[in-house]
Amino acid sequence: MALLEVKNLKMYYQTLRGQVKAVDDIDFWVERGEAVGLAGESACGKTSAMLTLLRLLPSNGKIMGGSVKFDGQDLLKLSEDEFRENVRWRKISVIFQGAMNALHPTKKIGEQLSEPILLHEGLEKEEAWERVGKLLDLVGVGAERLDRYPHELSGGLKQRSMIAMSLVCNPALVIADEPTTALDVITQAQVLKVIKELRQKLDLSMILVSHDLSVIAETCDKVAIMYAGKIVEFGDIASVFKEPLHPYSEQLIAAFPSVLGEKRELTTIHGFPPDLLNPPPGCRFHPRCQFAEEACKKGERNLFEVDKGHYVACIKRLVV
Amino acid sequence: MADILLEVRDLKKYFPIKLSLLKSLTSKAPLVRAVDGVSFRIEAGEVFGLVGESGCGKTTTGRCILRLIEPTEGKIIYKGEDITPLPIEGEMRQLRRKMQIIFQDPYESLNPRMSIYDIIAEPIRLQNITESAEETLEMVRGVLEDMRMVPPDEYLYRFPHELSGGQRQRVAVARAFVLEPDFIVADEPTSMLDASIRGEVLKLILNLIEKTGCAFLYITHDFALARYTCDRIAVMYLGKIVEKGLTEDVIKKPAHPYTEALLAAVPVPDPMARRTDVVIKGEVPSPISPPPGCRFNTRCPYVKDRCIKEEPKLFEVGENHFTACYFPLV
Repeated sequence: MALLEVKNLKMYYQTLRGQVKAVDDIDFWVERGEAVGLAGESACGKTSAMLTLLRLLPSNGKIMGGSVKFDGQDLLKLSEDEFRENVRWRKISVIFQGAMNALHPTKKIGEQLSEPILLHEGLEKEEAWERVGKLLDLVGVGAERLDRYPHELSGGLKQRSMIAMSLVCNPALVIADEPTTALDVITQAQVLKVIKELRQKLDLSMILVSHDLSVIAETCDKVAIMYAGKIVEFGDIASVFKEPLHPYSEQLIAAFPSVLGEKRELTTIHGFPPDLLNPPPGCRFHPRCQFAEEACKKGERNLFEVDKGHYVACIKRLVV
Repeated sequence: MADILLEVRDLKKYFPIKLSLLKSLTSKAPLVRAVDGVSFRIEAGEVFGLVGESGCGKTTTGRCILRLIEPTEGKIIYKGEDITPLPIEGEMRQLRRKMQIIFQDPYESLNPRMSIYDIIAEPIRLQNITESAEETLEMVRGVLEDMRMVPPDEYLYRFPHELSGGQRQRVAVARAFVLEPDFIVADEPTSMLDASIRGEVLKLILNLIEKTGCAFLYITHDFALARYTCDRIAVMYLGKIVEKGLTEDVIKKPAHPYTEALLAAVPVPDPMARRTDVVIKGEVPSPISPPPGCRFNTRCPYVKDRCIKEEPKLFEVGENHFTACYFPLV
């Protein structure tokens, strides 16, 4: 059984102009010890999907259906209090986007990182600080920085502190939402290296949300590609990058330049993503897809398996 | 070499740090050495990339060239004439017709209260280029067409908030190109755009460069994109150029350890590409008190005695390939 199994999950934002279908019937799963990348461009719903898993939605975000099974237990059935006490941070924790702003500016690193331990496990402050210190050593910040304030740390160190914070209650699953986006390339490489090492040492499962396919290619075992509120392709990282099955994935992957290999043309996708208040009928990518046919405008497909462990939502893959 | 359009000679820009009144009586304000002796030349029709991490001085260099900020020292020679002493309000303003800039963020660089037509027509108006309103309109239409915003009439009277990010940046590009300048500085022109859109914007820019033959200074932190865009590249670290050369030479055969480290850190969109996991340690030192000798010596994996004592100058390691390292890797 997978550690996390998301099925038919729907989350719509209720607005005055109607429902914004930010997460619309998505399926994916994370096996134990595995890292799954959730890739997509701005406003494709990737962050909304993560906030849904964590039940951290704004008041107008309504879960419209589906299930999120963690270790066999449906998290959507839990009450808010149960979820807070037993799941968030103890089982699933998060590394937020933009570490620069995610830390409390007037609290010492040790103070804010130990807070979840004090709340969830009721340990003494000394014990909690000791554990935080060990984790800070592990991520390369160093226990000597427990007494520092966030403004005394560089961006890379702040982001590493955030990573340490996500680990304080020994969660089984860590969700990282654009963990390196605001960082410089070398700092990014340092942070990604820390993440990779932690996964090995602690046998962590992970969901890494990013717009940057290169970052996902370097860190994840599987990837789910999202477009306009849907997952269009899901599979083993090597097969998705080598043989993308959905036209959107194919073009998105080719839109990323590389410093290795021969220089090649960058592809671009004409047009822009649809308005999620009124997504197009059928496949949501069809207005921009060069292979679209009549059938694509009507029929909508959820993910189905094409090769072993490689899923796609494109009806053109049904008839081979 | 072909025609040198622009030469930057030993450019320096130091920013003083503001001190409290009391402190300022007793001590001198420390200086941030944002740009500390940068030289390069750009030929007509060439795309020259300045690559580096944040705080390396690449943006300051771009702005000094256009004198949007005043350089502390050094010369900027445009078509054989030193433009650093020109009065801003007078001759420099005339020159602006030929020297333009594209900013990073199209959400901030376009005035939300101006229509697309007004935004693009403003440089024409300021420079008194046209004789009639029709002529202005034609110019605006033409450049919108070049940016594939067709039919142009559909966009003329819209406002920035009605456009997507990619379209906005195309308007910003159109505004820079409308006067057919000889030289454009583009400061991270696509870093705010999604991957599927940035390729198109870059292609349109490259097409216009080819069409107008203007020289282009492309400032970016993204080595992979620079590879796709630039003819030549200069890599900056802590206010200095550490390496410059033809793009493919620099990427395939980096001569400076910093370039090598930077390239190794760029993520690659290929899960099969097994690369070394070696990442250099530490962070960029403060530009207020850069280390003596080579500025990279605090982090360089190959550092030797000489690197700490003497500061290397740029010297040639291959045809048209320069590096500021005593022990180059090639």
